[in-house]
Amino acid sequence: MDSRDWIRDGIRAVAGGVLGVALAITNIPLFVLFVVSLVLTPVLGIGLVLLPLVTALVRFRARLARRLAATFGMPIARPYRPAPESRGPLVRYRWIITDPATWRDFAWLLPGAVAGLVLGVLSLAVPLYGIEGILLLPLWIWLGTGDYGYGAVWPIETVGEGFLSLPQGTVILAIGLAMAPYLRRADAYLAKLFLAPTRNAELRLRVSQLTVTRADTVDAQAAELRRIERDLHDGAQARLVALGMTIGLAEEMVDTNPAKARKLLAEARETSSDALVELRHLVRGIHPPVLAERGLEGAVRALAMALPIPTAVGASVPGRLDTPVESAAYFAVAEVLANVTRHSFAHHVEVQLWHSDGLLTMRVADDGLGGADPAGGTGLRGIERRLAAFDGTMSLSSPPGGPTVVTMELPCALSSPRISPSSGTA
Amino acid sequence: MRVVIAEDLALLRDGLTRLLEAYDFKVVAAVDNGPSLLPALLEHRPDVAVIDVRLPPTFTDEGLQAAIAARDAVPGMPVLVLSQHVEPLYARELLSDRKGGVGYLLKDRVSHVAQFVDAVRRVAAGGTAMDPEVVSQLLARNEPPLAALTGREREVLGQMAEGRSNGAIAAKLFIGEKAVSKHISSIFTKLDLPVSDDDHRRVLAVLAYLNS
Repeated sequence: MDSRDWIRDGIRAVAGGVLGVALAITNIPLFVLFVVSLVLTPVLGIGLVLLPLVTALVRFRARLARRLAATFGMPIARPYRPAPESRGPLVRYRWIITDPATWRDFAWLLPGAVAGLVLGVLSLAVPLYGIEGILLLPLWIWLGTGDYGYGAVWPIETVGEGFLSLPQGTVILAIGLAMAPYLRRADAYLAKLFLAPTRNAELRLRVSQLTVTRADTVDAQAAELRRIERDLHDGAQARLVALGMTIGLAEEMVDTNPAKARKLLAEARETSSDALVELRHLVRGIHPPVLAERGLEGAVRALAMALPIPTAVGASVPGRLDTPVESAAYFAVAEVLANVTRHSFAHHVEVQLWHSDGLLTMRVADDGLGGADPAGGTGLRGIERRLAAFDGTMSLSSPPGGPTVVTMELPCALSSPRISPSSGTA
Repeated sequence: MRVVIAEDLALLRDGLTRLLEAYDFKVVAAVDNGPSLLPALLEHRPDVAVIDVRLPPTFTDEGLQAAIAARDAVPGMPVLVLSQHVEPLYARELLSDRKGGVGYLLKDRVSHVAQFVDAVRRVAAGGTAMDPEVVSQLLARNEPPLAALTGREREVLGQMAEGRSNGAIAAKLFIGEKAVSKHISSIFTKLDLPVSDDDHRRVLAVLAYLNS
C-alpha cells in the first residue's frame, strides 16, 4: 500500500471519530426523550403522539450511525418492519412497539454513546499528542524553558532532551493514524451488534423482497411469452400458411400454366426466407444463438462488433454461468449498450466483465453526454428488474457531460469452461 | 468434386447430399456430429466441405471449431460453413488465417440453389463466399475511411466482400466490367489497400480490412 493511502485513511478515520463524538452526544437526550414518551403513554395518551416522533428521531440517528459504519467498511442493513398503511395513531404506536428493532435501537443508545465518545476521543487524542510532540520542540525553544515534558522524558531540561520529542511525536502520530481506522471499525462493530437486523428480521426482509422480485419476474415472463406467441402467430405462422397456399396454387397450375407456376414457386421461396428471417429475429430475442455457443464473453464480443460505436470488450470470466443467469447478464449488457447507442452520442464504449468471489461484475462505460437518469425511461428499470430476479444490482453514475458508467453485479457460480451441454437444436 | 458434409438434422443432411449430387458433386462422407468431423476431413481431404456450425454433442460451435482445426492441419482446405444465424465474430475467426477457400452463409441461402452451388464451387476454387448479412454488418460501421466511399463504391465493396469476381459484380449491378475495375481501384486507394490483380486476393484484403 502507498504510504499516502494509510495516512489518508487515518485522517478520514480521525474525522469520522470526531463526527462520531458529536453524534454520540445526541444519544443522551434521545434516550431521555424515549423513556419520557414511554412513561407518558398511560398519562393522557401523550406518548401515543410523542413516541412515534421520538422513534423517528432515533431511527434517523441510527441511520446516520449505519451510514458512518458503512463508510468504514461495515455496511449495516435496515431492520425495520415496513410502515403500516393506516395512519391511525394507535396502529402506528403498535407498529413501533411491536417491532423488535425499536427496542434494539433503544438498547443501543447508551452503549453507543459511550463507545462513540471514548473511541472518538481516543482516535483524536493520540494523533493530537503526536502533533504536539512534533511542534513542541520549536515552541519550547521559542518560549524558553518551563516545567514541561513529553513522552518518556519528563520534565525536559536540556535542548538535547527537547529534540527527543520529535521522533517520539512522529511515532505517536503514526500510531494514532494507523489505529484510527481500527477504532472506527470497533465502533461500527458495536453499532452492528445492535442496529443490524436479527436473523429473524433478516429472513422477514428477505421474504418480502423475494415476493416483490418474484412477482416482477413472473409478470415479465408472462408478458414475454405473450409477445413471442403474438410474433409467431402474426409472423412465421402466417407466412407458412401463405407458403402452403402458394405452393398449392402452383401445383394446380403446373400443367395448365407452367410459367405462372414457376412464378408462384419463386414467390414461395421468398416467403420461406422471410419466415426464416423473422424466426431468426425472434430467436435472437429469446436466447441469442451465439450466447448458447460461446457463453457470455463471446456473445458480448459479438454484440460489440455489431455496434455502430467502437466498443472495446475486456473480460475475465473463466467458465460458463448457469443458463438463466447468463441470459439475464447478457440481456442486461445488451440493453445498456442499446441505451448507449441511442442516447449517449459516445465515441467510444468500454465493456468490462469479470467474475470473482462468486460475483459477476459487468461495467459499461462510455464517453458520451452523460446525464442519464435511471428514473426516466423504462430501459434501466427493466435491467434492474431483470437482475433483481437473481439478487443482482445495478448502479449508474452519469454526471452531465459524462462519462457514464453503469455497473451491474450478479451473484453467481461459474461452472468449468466448455462443458455446457444444452438441448438446443441446430 | 469430392465433398464432406456435416449436418446433424437428417432432413437437411439428405437434402444437401441430394442437391450437391444433382450438380455433379460426389459426397464422400456425411457426418452428423462434431467429434467425427475432423477425422473425416483429414481422412478424405475433400475438395470442399459443407459444415453446420452447431453440431452434437454439445450443440455449441463444434462445426466451426472443426473447420478451423482442419484448416490448421491442412492450410487452405476449402470449407463452407452454414448456420441458422451469422456472426461477424465467427467470420473473423474463419478468415483469420488469411487464406482463401472460405465460405460462411446462412442456411436460408441453400434455397437459392444456383447461387448456393456457385458459392460452393467458388469456395472449392479457393475463393470466398460471405453472407450478405455478415457483410452488411461489417459495413455498418460508418467510420472515416469507409464513410468517404460513394454509394456506388459501397455497393461494389459489399459485392466484393461477399466474394464475387469483377465479372459477377458487373452483371449483378448492371454496369460494365471496366466501370467495376475503376470503382475497385478507387476503393483500394481510399482504404489504402495493396492492389492485386488476383480476384481472390483482393477479396481477402477487403475482408481483412473490414474485419480489423
